[in-house]
Amino acid sequence: MIQHLVDGILVGSFLSLGAIGLTMAMHILRFANFSHAELLSIGAYCALVFDKVFESLLPVLAAKIGPLSMTGALAISIVLSMAITGLSAVLIDRFIFQRVRQKGEELSMVFASFGMALIIRNIIGLVFGLSAELYSGDIAFAMILSRDPLLLVKPDQVFVLIAALILMFALHLVLSRTTFGFSLRAVAENPSLAQVHGVNLKRMIAAVWIIGGGLGAVAGIFYGLSYQITPVMGRDLVLPIFAATIVGGIGSVYGAVLGGFIVGIASNLALVILPSGYSPSVPFLMILAVLLVRPNGLFGEARA
Amino acid sequence: MIGVISYLVFFSTVAAILAIAVLGLNLQWGNTGLFNGGVVASFGAGAYGTLILGGTPQDGHLGGFDLFYPLALLGGMIFAGVLAWVVGKLTLRLRHDYLAIATFGVAVAFENVMRNATAVTGGAQGIRGFERPLQSLIGSGFTYNLVFLIAVLICLVLVYVFLERLTVSPFGRLLRAIREDETAARSLGKSPDKVRLAAFVTGSVIIGLAGSLYGTFYAFVSPQDVLPILTFQIWAMLIVGGAGNNKGAMAGAFLIWGSWTFSGWALSRFAPVEVQLYTGSIQFVLIGMVIVGMLLWRPQGLFPERLVVSQPGGGSRGKTQAEGLT
Repeated sequence: MIQHLVDGILVGSFLSLGAIGLTMAMHILRFANFSHAELLSIGAYCALVFDKVFESLLPVLAAKIGPLSMTGALAISIVLSMAITGLSAVLIDRFIFQRVRQKGEELSMVFASFGMALIIRNIIGLVFGLSAELYSGDIAFAMILSRDPLLLVKPDQVFVLIAALILMFALHLVLSRTTFGFSLRAVAENPSLAQVHGVNLKRMIAAVWIIGGGLGAVAGIFYGLSYQITPVMGRDLVLPIFAATIVGGIGSVYGAVLGGFIVGIASNLALVILPSGYSPSVPFLMILAVLLVRPNGLFGEARA
Repeated sequence: MIGVISYLVFFSTVAAILAIAVLGLNLQWGNTGLFNGGVVASFGAGAYGTLILGGTPQDGHLGGFDLFYPLALLGGMIFAGVLAWVVGKLTLRLRHDYLAIATFGVAVAFENVMRNATAVTGGAQGIRGFERPLQSLIGSGFTYNLVFLIAVLICLVLVYVFLERLTVSPFGRLLRAIREDETAARSLGKSPDKVRLAAFVTGSVIIGLAGSLYGTFYAFVSPQDVLPILTFQIWAMLIVGGAGNNKGAMAGAFLIWGSWTFSGWALSRFAPVEVQLYTGSIQFVLIGMVIVGMLLWRPQGLFPERLVVSQPGGGSRGKTQAEGLT
């Protein structure tokens, strides 16, 4: 039971990171982006490529940091991968979503995002093969936190949780303390009014994609560190991430953080009563439960 | 020669079944503007419902009620309708995204439950032991397939006529009114939530009918038949055909299903062996490109919606109007 709770918190850390970007894009661009989870795959595979490149160029970097299976090479790769994933999110928006946005309306974008998800996921499969990959071939041994009740945690998971919390705190500072953060929130509230006040809408939209892509990349890499990297990881993550945004309330960054942890914990606790085969259904049950009890989520506000 | 004909019959049967599903989706998306991200859940509900109700008793899973076939067919459709009602009731009054996400979730959960609830659905092995109606009378060869094709085509025509009537009826006008301007419709005393729910459930029942026929045709259904790709295929058919246009929707079904089977055949025939492993991925990329490409370059589809002017006296059809996906 406690083991499930701890696992849930660790899963929650990367679901939250994924959900933050999704909820921001859904709020500002007003569409449910079904291809958001593919940014996690792009990030994870980017880091995989850079990791291999750095390890072969500078063998020094291939050494592990402390008890982690993380290496210096991977640490640099994470930063590069964040940048590239953010950039690809901007490019996808520029070439696809923006053009669909001009022609149709919100729901056409949802269609387009489904199509993009299908394209990205399968191109990754074509390029990298359909089998699973790992950042490190070594087995990471779990630390025993307590024997009764038995509680196992991998060092990597602790790192993932702490790093995720630091990133979220950094984002919180940016959103609440900087002019940029205020402009972003102004655009989310009322795009035209924000423009009147001299906020550059295009730049803000690009910023949302960069933040969303960057955090998504980290989420994907952390998922890869905790489990494995597969071309279909986006398919498996899209529903839990959506559940996190709905539980938190669409548009609320803090809600997304909380929602991510709630969905992660709930999915793991559900294993106590449900056979593990049913765990993909749990996020859907959570969506239904939230819609029944509190349709706009924990922090969301009603908006047509 | 007989081989080609028998293949054509087989192909047309599947395409016509899918065309029924596309018509159902067209009622939801084309006429009402409802985004159904889980077409495959309604389709699967129809197939599983019919096979469980109409099958012969099997060890290991529920079913084998051996119901009279039309009742089993109806049961599958009702199952699809109930599922849609639950999702629609919860989401249709919220902003549009919720319906998209919830319907997508239904499809994921549906496949997941079908795969795991072995006692009810036969699990990964699926449901077998279904005897196709009239099979003892006609036999299971080419003649049966031909008769079945005719039956499916009759269903397709019935659904088409029903939807065409619906589109020009006051109810159809109401659907378009809500799609175009909900506030205006509300100000005229209409209640958009109820109307949308009715359209959503009706569309899902039609998709359920397609699923029932599909299950009946193969006399077998398994979780492999309810994978998300089916949703994408049915969408592609509607977007290519032209949302809002029933004839276009049917044409899109045959066109996309033809391209899908042709590309599969061509890849397995001409592609090198090591590429063949990736046949699925290549085809999925193509479907994605069809969807995105159409939205970018021809959002109204090959056969755009014909806006119907249904004023008393006039009754004439409006000009074809390139109006776009609404």
